[in-house]
Amino acid sequence: MKDVQNVSRRSFIKGIGLASGGLIIASGASLFNSCSVETKELIAFNPNLFVQLNSDGSLILVASRSEMGQGVRTSLTSVIADEMEADWDRVRISQAVGDVNYGDQNTDGSKSVRLLYEEMRKIGAATKAVLIAAAAKKWEIAAEDCHAENHFIFNTQGDKIAFGDLVEIAKTLEVPEEVQLKDPKDFKYIGKYLTSKDVKNLANGSAVFGLDARLEGMKFAAVKRCPVAFGKVVSFDKTAALKIAGVIDVVEIPMIIKPFGPLGGVAVVATNTWAAFKGRDALEVVWDLGDNKAYDSEKYMEEITANVHKKGAVVKSLGDVDQAFEKASKTIESSYQLPHLVHAPMEVPNAVAWVTEGSCEIWAPAQEPQRTRTEVSDFLEISEDNVTVNVTFLGGGFGRKSKPDYVVEAAAISKAINAPVQVVWTREDDIQHSYYHTVASQYMKGGLDENGKVTGWLHRFAFPSIGSTFSPGADEPASWEAASAANVPFEIPNMQFETGKAPAHVRIGWLRSVINIPHGFAINVFADELAHEAGIDPLEFRLNLIGSDRIEETQNDYKYDTARLKHVLKTAAKNAEWGKELPEGHAMGLAVHYSFLSYVASVVEVSVINDKVKVHNIHSVIDCGLAVNKNTITAQMEGAAIFGMSLAFYGKITAKDGAIEQSNFHDYQMIRMPQVPNIHVEIVENSERPTGVGEPGVPVIAPAIVNAIFKASGKRYKNLPLMDYKLV
Amino acid sequence: MVTLKINGKEHQVDAAEDMPLLWVIRDIIGFTGTKFGCGKGLCGACMVLMDGNAINSCQLPVSLAVGKELITVEGEQENLQRLQKSWEKFNVPQCGFCQSGQLITATALLTSKANPTEEDIHNAMGRNICRCGTYQRIKNAINHSVELKNKG
Repeated sequence: MKDVQNVSRRSFIKGIGLASGGLIIASGASLFNSCSVETKELIAFNPNLFVQLNSDGSLILVASRSEMGQGVRTSLTSVIADEMEADWDRVRISQAVGDVNYGDQNTDGSKSVRLLYEEMRKIGAATKAVLIAAAAKKWEIAAEDCHAENHFIFNTQGDKIAFGDLVEIAKTLEVPEEVQLKDPKDFKYIGKYLTSKDVKNLANGSAVFGLDARLEGMKFAAVKRCPVAFGKVVSFDKTAALKIAGVIDVVEIPMIIKPFGPLGGVAVVATNTWAAFKGRDALEVVWDLGDNKAYDSEKYMEEITANVHKKGAVVKSLGDVDQAFEKASKTIESSYQLPHLVHAPMEVPNAVAWVTEGSCEIWAPAQEPQRTRTEVSDFLEISEDNVTVNVTFLGGGFGRKSKPDYVVEAAAISKAINAPVQVVWTREDDIQHSYYHTVASQYMKGGLDENGKVTGWLHRFAFPSIGSTFSPGADEPASWEAASAANVPFEIPNMQFETGKAPAHVRIGWLRSVINIPHGFAINVFADELAHEAGIDPLEFRLNLIGSDRIEETQNDYKYDTARLKHVLKTAAKNAEWGKELPEGHAMGLAVHYSFLSYVASVVEVSVINDKVKVHNIHSVIDCGLAVNKNTITAQMEGAAIFGMSLAFYGKITAKDGAIEQSNFHDYQMIRMPQVPNIHVEIVENSERPTGVGEPGVPVIAPAIVNAIFKASGKRYKNLPLMDYKLV
Repeated sequence: MVTLKINGKEHQVDAAEDMPLLWVIRDIIGFTGTKFGCGKGLCGACMVLMDGNAINSCQLPVSLAVGKELITVEGEQENLQRLQKSWEKFNVPQCGFCQSGQLITATALLTSKANPTEEDIHNAMGRNICRCGTYQRIKNAINHSVELKNKG
């Protein structure tokens, strides 16, 4: 905390003047105890934005992506350290501020390691090359006769010199553009089980989350927002609020109609959070509820369900499904309904803003620091150069903290009161004013021939699109949203994919795994239904559906390899001992799904006893290409299993008269310790390019549970959450 | 003015009597390891030890904490430090936000039951939510902590 209070406004990075040593340890970095280093007495070598080697040998590596539990700070910096032959124990991590010079910082879509792996390797290798050149110069020998190892350069004579002792010479040398990367067999950190660099501070309470940022003279604010999305303030009475001890001021925040604009409302500013909350409760506001006041999510589900029970707009068609169904020996129809979800990260949205004449500094848990900077700069009508976005630890993100509406709120209030301020959302605010995971209705029809082979596959879906947040009025899925259904890699000769209309009445956003949740659910449950109709074991049936080894077309330069997809499924089945005898009332179900360029399968064992479901074991397998940090990948898969269980059993956000009906963890429940199964994770060993990890473990869980329940009880639950069937 | 004893030190605090202990600790005294998660005593992020018991500090008016021995995640308590070590060994935290509360609940558990059964762990830790889903590692770390203690 002291570090934050001592942050001097002069320590702002102006532009990105990182020329002088030590500047990467800018104000943002000082939020992290692990990197509050003094560099005054040290000489620093900064070959690039991501590396600072000090003359005492301490090495500061910059994480440009936001840490929200996915272990990205450790994963990215360990790649640099490995290529650099650095001693991992000498590494401290500094968090980058939001700045385009770091490249894309959008921590979203399970793509940080995927996009930055090669870059981080090159940065490490280039730094190592300069240190080798420096040693060669000092020893007056050829660089070829030197090599780096564990923070030292060695020569063939057996001499060695520490990295830190090479800083002065290294500073005078050119950083090469072409570099030699290590042979992967020599990796020391990549591909191993590294513990997070932050684990100690996260366990002793010293890690600084957004909510923990403190500035001298900082005020606290809570905002009353309209219960209906995009409703407006007509008038408000602040008399009662101002009577609350500790309340200082009441200010109106404008609504800004932009994808990440604040909803607007009335802010109560106080000397502490509690007073701000009490003042907010005491406010009286008259609202114009606006266009969404009639939104009733139950009726809406009926409407979009009707839309998928009639022909929709065809997004992809192979062969002739109508003919396939006519010729089929058996056709099956099914439909699936999945409600809105909300992220509910343990740390609610919050931000500290300090607006002064012509500039602004932000401390926030932000998944997208550059977009945050742009939004604040646009709102304040000042240059981005004068906006600093310091990224704190994020107490969970799951997509919510990609949308910096809450940061703009803080900027608006700070500007109005001319003081630093922390905006704190209550849990109720978080649940009731979010960017919701979509609500989806899906219809599927399949045709089987006399041998149980699937000859036709029709998948219709209707859900409000994330596109509606960017283009108000958009009422059909975006092409990438449709693709997660339409790219299903089943070898079926006749397939068709159709969309139905679904206008949005709340802000629609992305939540961990995004549209793969509803699509992965419907595809995997329907495939299981078809297997049952065909009288074939679900594992064998699914492997047949995926069919031959082949490369499927994708919308990017990564190959979609059906052999890898089958491999994760077979491995999960093997690990779970698929087909083994189980206790009375127990059964297994499976699901397999490709998302975020990774292949995942899960086999779940449940019991259904007295109509109550318990999950006993989950065996998940992921093929995410080269596994950079197996510890964090395993953790992400374990967490994904729990996230998937929470949405399967409890996830349900509903709206009535335009307002969200849930409010806190009593009516938006989470899986807790007593319900936790044994979770077993296997990571497929391979050397393909790294792909997504944070999200792809989620979509398989709910369908695997539903399939297991069917096997155990003969009952097929096609809508989520399962609590609606009183199964928990 | 009320006097609170937190982590072995006395703090004179100017706070309304009905202000929950959580906000006194975070906003007035300035220990930010104790977290705000729900404000309704539902998630356990705000757990502190009060005379050895884990309590939701968001629900406790500060006046009821006067004269009690309070320990936060920043504090010293034999079981807490042993658990923190285990947390590190098992790389328990993901985002880490709930972990202060998890650690305090686990500390209270091990202080009242040195050798908890699985059911004891479930019952005690059921008060805390982890949205990242680190439960399996939490359970393993608690068991490891018990082993460490029993080994002496």
